[in-house]
Parts: sequence; structure tokens; C-alpha cells
Amino acid sequence: MQLGLRLLVNGWKQSGFQHFHQGRSASSLEQVRCVHSLRTGEAAGSGTVDETLRALSVSATASASANVNIQLPDLPYDYDALEPVISSEIMRLHHTKHHQGYVNNLNNALNTIHSTDHVPTLVSLQSALIFNGGGHLNHSILWTNLAPVGKGGGELPSKDTALMKAIENNFGDLSTLMSLMNTAAAGIQGSGWAWLALNRNLRRLEIVTRPNQDPVVGAYTPLLGLDVWEHAYYIQYKNDRAAYLKNIWQIVHWKDVANRYEAALA
Amino acid sequence: MSFALPAISYDYTALEPYIDAMTMQIHHTKHHGTYVNNLNGAIQGEHGGSLKGLSLEAICRNVHSAPDAIRATVRNNGGGHWNHTFFWTIMAPSGTSSSAPNGALKGAIESSFGSVDAFKEQFNKAAAGRFGSGWAWLCMDQSKKLFITSTPNQDNPLMANVADQPGLPILGLDVWEHAYYLKYQNRRPEYIAAWWNVVNWDSVAKYYDEATSGKAPVLEVPLQ
Repeated sequence: MQLGLRLLVNGWKQSGFQHFHQGRSASSLEQVRCVHSLRTGEAAGSGTVDETLRALSVSATASASANVNIQLPDLPYDYDALEPVISSEIMRLHHTKHHQGYVNNLNNALNTIHSTDHVPTLVSLQSALIFNGGGHLNHSILWTNLAPVGKGGGELPSKDTALMKAIENNFGDLSTLMSLMNTAAAGIQGSGWAWLALNRNLRRLEIVTRPNQDPVVGAYTPLLGLDVWEHAYYIQYKNDRAAYLKNIWQIVHWKDVANRYEAALA
Repeated sequence: MSFALPAISYDYTALEPYIDAMTMQIHHTKHHGTYVNNLNGAIQGEHGGSLKGLSLEAICRNVHSAPDAIRATVRNNGGGHWNHTFFWTIMAPSGTSSSAPNGALKGAIESSFGSVDAFKEQFNKAAAGRFGSGWAWLCMDQSKKLFITSTPNQDNPLMANVADQPGLPILGLDVWEHAYYLKYQNRRPEYIAAWWNVVNWDSVAKYYDEATSGKAPVLEVPLQ
């Protein structure tokens, strides 16, 4: 008897990500709610998650055809379109290797989850979901948050927009927002992201950070992300994260940020 | 009195082709250098009084009791300074040290993991499986048995009440992206496989002996 799993993640709808899976026999449904405070845990470090995935992927293939096939979204522009701020080499690696890797691992994890009702296994796959589901979500948002110069990249929001008014209310002005986001992003130890997010409970904009690929969920809707994993900048900027953060604003697609903001308020 | 960036006993080019010279230079002068500067800043700053005069090892062991205002800084930068100081010593140009564990160390590895190959496989898995930034370690526990663990960011197994599995490190591998990205990009498993070529097994044997007497690795930690 197979257990059907319905995955419902608060706040993920905003980025267009919604995943429902009907179990083969719907004797019971389990709801997994990912909250932004969910820690990645140490399991991955010992290889437990990988071992589990490997052991079960055999049975998953044997028992049913793969029924999860989340796809890597296309970039809305060419790999060289964000030069010179972000090199085409970085964009290509970031999209086809890192983001694709999250998508592949996410599919594997979900297929394994759907193939078993062994609760210890299901629970042990929690970190794989956060790592890879979060990675997929975060990067899907990121690609639309950026745009080539001349195609929206760096074009500031106009004064009478809802987003600009909210930025002025919450931070005073745009340059203060940028400065605060850069400070937050520069201060992240190790890998992670800084986000401009809407706190939907308090109806205000906040800057939040997340370690690793922890997604922005729960009461927050992510609007604009700064990826400070070293893979996002190292080939071009080496250790100079500050220079990368200074430059990124030239290609921020404010129209996308405004669209996300308005959708989140609705 | 403040910490100084320790010299590496071999050239930046010496670990080629396994670890490239540019990575070595940036890793040492920029990343490790920054950890040293930031640690000094915390200790010289207004909250650093209780840390003055402590050894680098003591700073790591006692991260959990550093003053609130600087605890994160001390954890990240004290850990970073210790980890990298240790890391340079467990590597050597290929062919200049024993190419494999021998003697008591070999016996301990075989007894804890079955074989040297089985140990490497488990270590590789831990290093590849550490999500985000961090380190993989071979450590000795209180019963003198060897075990493998990994830590996030700049944590290390000396950090009591911080590390999941505390112990005495005798071998460690940096899996932050800055340690391998220029040459290997996203291909971390390839970096890990290549790194075995430059492991300094004589250093590891020395640290193993120190650990059997209950000591953490004895490192040269220069002061300014």
C-alpha cells in the first residue's frame, strides 16, 4: 500500500511554484509545511540522506514510473546578457549546473518520498527537500529578478508606484535600501541569500537573510534575492563579495520586483 | 598582541595540478588573512577583554562562552583562523610526504573503518554531502576511536557545545566553494578526489600521536 503525499508549502505560490501530487491510493494524506525556520540539519553531512536516496531509488524505479518531473526554467535572456556585471561563464554554470542540480536532486527526493511509507525514511529526506526545493525556488526567482541593461535591468521604479512608496515608507529611499541589503548580504557567513521580502502579516517590507538554500516562506513573500553563495560570483570577483554586491544593482529588474510586490499584496 | 597570518611552508604553485596556484594565493592571503584580521578586531574591541591572551585552540574550545556581542564573529573567524592554519599543514606537494597512512595511524584507520579505501569512501561522502559551506574531518573521540564528521561554515570539532560530534581533528578538508571553484567549478567530488594526492600523511600521523595523548593538533600560531 502506498501512501499518497500532498506537499503544500506556504508562500511558495507567489513564485509560481505549486506542487500537488495525488497518491496512488489516497488512504491518508500527509501535509508537509515548510517554514522558513526549518533548519537544514546535520544529516546531509554524514551522508545519511544520500545513502537513503540511493537505496530507495532502486525500489522507486522498480515500483512505479517516476511521476515527478520538475523542470529547470529557461533563463529569460542569453547567458551573456548580464555582462559585464555577471559573466556568461558564471551564468552558464549557475543555471545549467547548480540550478539544474537542485532540480535533479529535488525530483529524486520527491520520487523517493512518493515510493515509500517508511516514516523514518520520509523524515530523513526533509533536508534534501529544503536544500533542493529551496535551491530551485530561490534560483527561479533570481533569474527574473535580473535583466539586461536596456531590457529593464537597473531601471528604477517610478515614484508613484506602490513598490516605491513602500520602499520610502520602510527604508526612506532606494539607496538606503540598497545599502542595507548589501550590508546584510556581506554579513552572511558561508553560503546564503539576502532578500527584500514582504512581511504579509505586518504589511511591510523587510530585509531578511537565509542560510544555504533555506526558502523564504511562512509569513514572508520573497521579492528580490541577492545570492551570496560563492558560486554566484567567485570566478569573476574572487573573494571581493562587496564589489559583486555593488555592481548587481545595475541589473536588478525592478519591474519584476514591483510585480511580485503587487501580487503579494493581493 | 594579536594573531598574524601564518606562512605556508610550500609555494602557492606547489600543490598543482591538484590545487591551483591562484586558489592557494587567494585562499591564504584573502580568505585566511581576513579571518585573522577579523579575529584580531574582535579581541581588541570593547567586548574582547576575556579573550586576550587565550591560545587559538582555547578560543575555539570556548566559543560557546565568548561574550554575546562577539560570539558569532569569534566563532566564524576564530574557527576560520584555526581551520586554515591546520589545513595548510595537512597538505604537502605530491611526493614529498608519505603517500599513504602507515604504522599506528594505518592500524587505527583499518580498525575504525575496515580499510583505508573504506575510510576514504566515507570521508568523500561526508565532504561531498556537506551542503553549503563547511569542512569534513577525521577525528579521534574520547575512546581513542577514529570517526568522520563534517561541520558547517567555520565550525570545527574542538568547539564544545557547538559541534555535533566533538573530537580531536587529525585531518580536515575545506569544502567552501572558494577552496575549489576556480579550478573545479561545481565539481566538488573531483576536487575531493584530487586532494588525496596532496594529503601530508606525516602531519596526520603526528596529529594522530598527539590525539592519542589527548592533545589537539599542536600548531604554529604566530603572533604579531
